[in-house]
Amino acid sequence: MSNLIDQTMIIAILPEIGLVVLIGLVLLFGGIWKGKRLKGLGWLTAAGLGVLIVLSLVFAGPQAENQLVWGNMLHHDWYGLVFRLIFMLGAAITAIIAMEYDYGQKSEFYILLLTSTLGMNLMASAADLIMLYLAFETASIPLYVLAGFLKREKSSVEAGFKYLLFGAMSSALMLFGFSLIYGFTGMTNLADLAQAVVQGVFPPSAVLVSLLLVLIGFSFKISAFPFHFWAPDIYQGAATPISGFLSTASKAAGFSVLLRVMFVVYPSLTGQWQLILGIISGLTMTVGNIIALTQKDLKRLLAYSSIAHAGYILIGISAASAFGVGSAVFYIGTYLLTNLTAFGAVALAGEKTGSFAVDDFDGLSRRSPGLALIMLVSLLSLAGMPPFGGFIAKVLVFAAGVRGGMLWLVAVGALNSIIGLFYYLIVLKHVYLYLPQEGAPKLTFPKPAVATLALLSLGIIVIGTLFSPWYHWALNAAQNLF
Amino acid sequence: MNFSILIFLFVAVLTTFAALVVVTNKNLVSAAMWLIVALFGAALTFVLLEATYIAVVQVVVYIGAIAVLIVFTIMLTRRSAEKEPSGATKQWPIAAVLSLALFSGLTYFYLTVPGTDRLAPVLDKELNMVSALGQLLVSPSGYVLPFELASVLLLAALIGSIVVAWRK
Repeated sequence: MSNLIDQTMIIAILPEIGLVVLIGLVLLFGGIWKGKRLKGLGWLTAAGLGVLIVLSLVFAGPQAENQLVWGNMLHHDWYGLVFRLIFMLGAAITAIIAMEYDYGQKSEFYILLLTSTLGMNLMASAADLIMLYLAFETASIPLYVLAGFLKREKSSVEAGFKYLLFGAMSSALMLFGFSLIYGFTGMTNLADLAQAVVQGVFPPSAVLVSLLLVLIGFSFKISAFPFHFWAPDIYQGAATPISGFLSTASKAAGFSVLLRVMFVVYPSLTGQWQLILGIISGLTMTVGNIIALTQKDLKRLLAYSSIAHAGYILIGISAASAFGVGSAVFYIGTYLLTNLTAFGAVALAGEKTGSFAVDDFDGLSRRSPGLALIMLVSLLSLAGMPPFGGFIAKVLVFAAGVRGGMLWLVAVGALNSIIGLFYYLIVLKHVYLYLPQEGAPKLTFPKPAVATLALLSLGIIVIGTLFSPWYHWALNAAQNLF
Repeated sequence: MNFSILIFLFVAVLTTFAALVVVTNKNLVSAAMWLIVALFGAALTFVLLEATYIAVVQVVVYIGAIAVLIVFTIMLTRRSAEKEPSGATKQWPIAAVLSLALFSGLTYFYLTVPGTDRLAPVLDKELNMVSALGQLLVSPSGYVLPFELASVLLLAALIGSIVVAWRK
């Protein structure tokens, strides 16, 4: 047993080491800074994450193909790196939006956010069931507290508690699946497990049951049907930036393990899980979109729309090809930018007016033209309109679906896009065409948050027009799974 | 049927029953006592798996420290402990049906799948389990990364519980 830590091992967990250091800094300055300076915690978190993103891009790239480090606990590959960048970007944006509010003046908020991000980072790279489970819980447990962070509000406490209960239940089922895997094979390494499945050490019926149980845990994380029902209540009750984080980074983390486990452990069962995921995908988008149609509260509407988007991403995965995975990764990245922008804009306007009802967004374009434009960009991108990122992402997953022989699913997806377009346009109708209530004042918003959202909107347009470098990254990441 | 399986069945039924009482009992103090029984059942399971060190840790940490702490907490916050909790929600029949379906499905699966009757491999008597475990936990080519991650998780859980419990 070698007891040496070499350079490659450090480089492989460079972003995580940075995150732990950042947690320590936030903890330290949270104790030192008082009063108005506490706002600096948000800046510190966002800037620290920005530095980590740059450092990871420059230094943390993998040197060799399919490298396993830290006693085969972690993969060091492009796949893990791309997802890490996605999570850290999501956390940075969440910190910038959150620092304007009361809860954003507390160091605990950022510590929990960063710890959750650390867990997600390791989820995306985990190569071992033990690592995977620990990372999964490190990502989830801080989020339970964050969902219930607004202790004075009953809805937030309810959200936190519900999230904890559903999360614990689905984790238990997933762990049960892991225990089946370990019980039959005596192994925890993902790549070894694939061998065990092929060699038949693992009876086929047990493989299928373990697959189903593990899928339950992941479906909860990505809020796929029939484990989607928690999402609306929790997104509505939690602080809006946290809802944004839950619906993007946390969901992306769920997808990162779903993809890794399906393609690395169960490649021999591709036919079966392709069909299972295809059916889940179709039901997820249909249920999400149809219920979204009747929503009067914008946070709930976005919650159902985020359920629907999990369905679209699953189309790419159920295509079961490098192209499909690449398009899914591309979709996840684009969706993170778009949905964080949408939730950010809704957070700013809703917190200012004190209401998240769609009717109270009437005439937002007259009260704040800038924010209305940001909402227009993000909602049209969610609807999949050119020239925004959402359009390219949707085209890619649909194309992957067609090539993967899932024509029926693509047809369902196309129908769903039309339903989606309808309710996004209803929101925009309220924002642009309706007049504001008599005497409603013009709204002004904190500059850093608006600047970030404007930058993100620009990013959405850039992804939608110059998509090839980003798509290339996603495809590079996808190649690691094959 | 082997004797150790009989013991296992007894321990499993005891643990599950105790855990069930913990969540259904309305009196917090007796729920805490049943929690100790459930934790002790888990320790017995470890003994049956020949993981004696883990069993000792389970007793010392969970029963010796955590359960005692829980009992103390309940005693010290007597006023809130005396309030009657509202009990089960209205949706319990659906939950019961679903969990029964899951339970019977998994039981059926265990009874039919081949390979569940295999006995656990006999461990090497010469091997010092405690030192092997200790070395694995801190070795870079072993489990040091999950080990460290668990400590970060515990820190976050600590801070999270302060957030939940702090009055401000």
